[in-house]
Amino acid sequence: MTATRRDFIKQLGYISVGFSMVGTVGLANGGFLASDKIDLLKGLPEKNQINAWLQILENGKIRVLSGKIELGQGIRIAIAQMAAEELNTDLDLIEVNIAETGVTPNEGFTAGSSSIVSSAMSVRKAAAAAREIILKMASEKWGIGISKLQLRDGQVIGPKQEIALYALFEGKQIEETIASVTEYKGKTIRKYVGQPIPRKDIDAMVRGQEVFVQDLRFPNMVHARVVRPPSYTARLTSFNEAEFRKSPNLLKLIRKGSFLGVLAKDEYQAIQLMEKAKRLAKWNAPESLPDNINLKEYLKMLPADVEIHEKKGDSETSLKQSKNRLSASFFKPYLMHAANGPSCAVALFKEGELYVWTHSQGVYPLRRTLAKLLKMAEETVHLKAVPGSGCFGQNGANDAATEAALIALEYPGKHVRLQWTREDENGWEPYGTAMIVELQAGLDERGKIEGWNCDIWSDGHSNRPNGNPNTLLPAQFLEEGYGHPGIGYRGGAVRNAIPYYDIPDLKVETHIFQGPLRASSLRGLGTYTNVFAIESFMDELARMSNSDPIEFRIRHSTDERSVVCMRKLEQKLIGISLKDGEGLGHAFSRYKNNAAYCAMAAHVHVNEITGNVQVKKMWAVVDAGETINPDGLKNQMEGGMIQSASWALKEEVRFDALHVTSLDWNSYPIFRFPDVPEVEVEVIDRIDQPPMGAGEAAQAPATAAIVNAIFDAVGVRIRELPVSKELIKQAKISIH
Amino acid sequence: MKSIKLHVNGQEHEVEVAADTPLLYVLRNQLQLNGPKFGCGLQQCGACMVLKDGESVASCRLPISAITKSKIRTLEGMIDENGNLHKVQQAFIEEQAAQCGYCLNGMVVASVALLEKNNTPTDDEIKKKLALNICRCGIHSRVLKAVKKAASK
Repeated sequence: MTATRRDFIKQLGYISVGFSMVGTVGLANGGFLASDKIDLLKGLPEKNQINAWLQILENGKIRVLSGKIELGQGIRIAIAQMAAEELNTDLDLIEVNIAETGVTPNEGFTAGSSSIVSSAMSVRKAAAAAREIILKMASEKWGIGISKLQLRDGQVIGPKQEIALYALFEGKQIEETIASVTEYKGKTIRKYVGQPIPRKDIDAMVRGQEVFVQDLRFPNMVHARVVRPPSYTARLTSFNEAEFRKSPNLLKLIRKGSFLGVLAKDEYQAIQLMEKAKRLAKWNAPESLPDNINLKEYLKMLPADVEIHEKKGDSETSLKQSKNRLSASFFKPYLMHAANGPSCAVALFKEGELYVWTHSQGVYPLRRTLAKLLKMAEETVHLKAVPGSGCFGQNGANDAATEAALIALEYPGKHVRLQWTREDENGWEPYGTAMIVELQAGLDERGKIEGWNCDIWSDGHSNRPNGNPNTLLPAQFLEEGYGHPGIGYRGGAVRNAIPYYDIPDLKVETHIFQGPLRASSLRGLGTYTNVFAIESFMDELARMSNSDPIEFRIRHSTDERSVVCMRKLEQKLIGISLKDGEGLGHAFSRYKNNAAYCAMAAHVHVNEITGNVQVKKMWAVVDAGETINPDGLKNQMEGGMIQSASWALKEEVRFDALHVTSLDWNSYPIFRFPDVPEVEVEVIDRIDQPPMGAGEAAQAPATAAIVNAIFDAVGVRIRELPVSKELIKQAKISIH
Repeated sequence: MKSIKLHVNGQEHEVEVAADTPLLYVLRNQLQLNGPKFGCGLQQCGACMVLKDGESVASCRLPISAITKSKIRTLEGMIDENGNLHKVQQAFIEEQAAQCGYCLNGMVVASVALLEKNNTPTDDEIKKKLALNICRCGIHSRVLKAVKKAASK
């Protein structure tokens, strides 16, 4: 991108829109803030350069560049806090620019609770290094010792003099690389870091300012809709294009193979045209999904790659010798991200260059993949991340961006806005895969686990854009015939498959299949099912050895931080009285076995007649190392607990032989207000430890605690999700 | 297509759209308001809520021709002429009752509708009133706190 193409970053509301041509954006409510001219970096920002992360602006502010996107996890405020602390600069003087190709560093995907660990830590390091360089520079300029100087609010202040950073650097950026840092103020001063500082974007949200990609408006913007096929493998066999082109209000019909899109000036017209095209299109759509068969049995019959993931000692022999043995099989159905706001993108093709505004979690990987699909040079494709609705993994964002681009290429010079429908999102997003986990364990005479076998059946857990266009949904329907993207990243299946407990003999084996539904990353990947299985099993083993469930876990824990979490949880539960039909359940996990620790408890009530479960309250104790923003961390935990309870109790992607049938909120019910439990979170802040993301820490133990509480309440062991379906099935034989 | 008059946030507007156009698209596109959001287009999620004569309603299937005599208030219309936020909006900020914030419009609108009729709602009354409003991030417990806080003011 050349300097003339993007001289300005414009800000409207909370969206930094980027790309020079938006200088003419028509605004609803005014509020356009032209910010300063920025120095363009030559080529890709190098991550070891301070100026890849920090820029000194003429207006006295400091711009922080992050390759991550804000998706409701509060990453912008956490990153701002890191920079503010090291630069001793008021938060109002710090602006955070999220992912944009050619502008921010390439940080891959915003995923896996890694934004604090990677982006925020890089910013901290760059800011601390910058502080040392700034003070040294002022010291040399004035001939005054560094100890007599202070950096504050974008100024260096000496005994008798002060200078703004922009003047100190004479309008240039800090050119140095990030050297080793001698002190982190975030570990010592903690004026900003570790404080529950409110996010700034919530103010913009309650005022109805432009915040989301869905809110972008451009002069003469046109509206697109995609005409969905009836199934994954459907091919368009006939469509009377000549007839359809006569439709009033149709700006353009875009047909590429079996990909059909419509364009109209007005959004409602585009919707009506889409519906008309749906009626006219004839498809060859084979009924190829396994609808009349038990999904669990079907998945186990699929061809699978079998691999031993972990083998320690001889679990087969120790299991045979065990006095007390237990085995069980667990199942989790396909789950949907079900973002509240369906995916959306705006694309513009102008003078041979393509610009896309997207809520994708990875603008660089998407650019690489998109450029290949469109047969364009990567340098001519520019992507700008704009917040979308909370996605919790890969939803339709990349696909909507790709489709908007495909359509924009056919309609140059105009901004094309593509809004997916609810049916598009529910029916076509890549789901979190169904999984089966089978466990066997043996206890010795002292009630300690001596052997453990685990078998996992799973699809891959990530099919994010990786350079191969087949990871993008519309590629399946183009003439080129890009095939199925295959299994994708297999590592997700074994995430947290090894219990974070002391077990001498252990084996974990994986059976990776290619499942019937499109699948990709969903919050926590395989951790959710693995921990649901392990922690349910731990509860059962504890009862088998007549142990208290928390004591039983502590007996198997060698990590003091695990124990502290569980002891704190225990304290919270003192004095809880259970009424008829009520139960209390516990769970513990350390996310990825190397990130945040979480101990969880749930208090449920089971209606023994209807099988209805009400989660009354949930408690979590979390240790995510050094806490950057305790309120942000709590918010992530609370949300994770509620979302997990919803997954466990209600959710399952349903399909018939043709396609997914969970196409709206009635056919894919999730928690609503009357279902929601009270949630309480305690944060253990460990300043001496590195910070760890916690966006996924609560998800798995929350479900495990709930199913254990159900057992406590009514003696029914839930090993298949969702609970509602399973409990009703089992209720007939067990409860009554 | 003919000119249709509507009354939004205390002002008369005249738009030229098909009479069956749902109010949501008129608010977002013709009036360029960001508050009401497209969530499902099926009146199942509440993202598009507005106040119609004081009642919180989903605007995504409400034909424009049916509301010409109604007074519509959107999220933007909760802010007074001096830029002061409604106590519900203020409470959402104070309780940091958002993650992605996409549902926030509907949550605020439904809560305003509730408090304008009942300024001392119980938890159950709040939950019942907000039952249509879908939130995927799980901010429900914070919304409850925010509504109760606003009610106490």
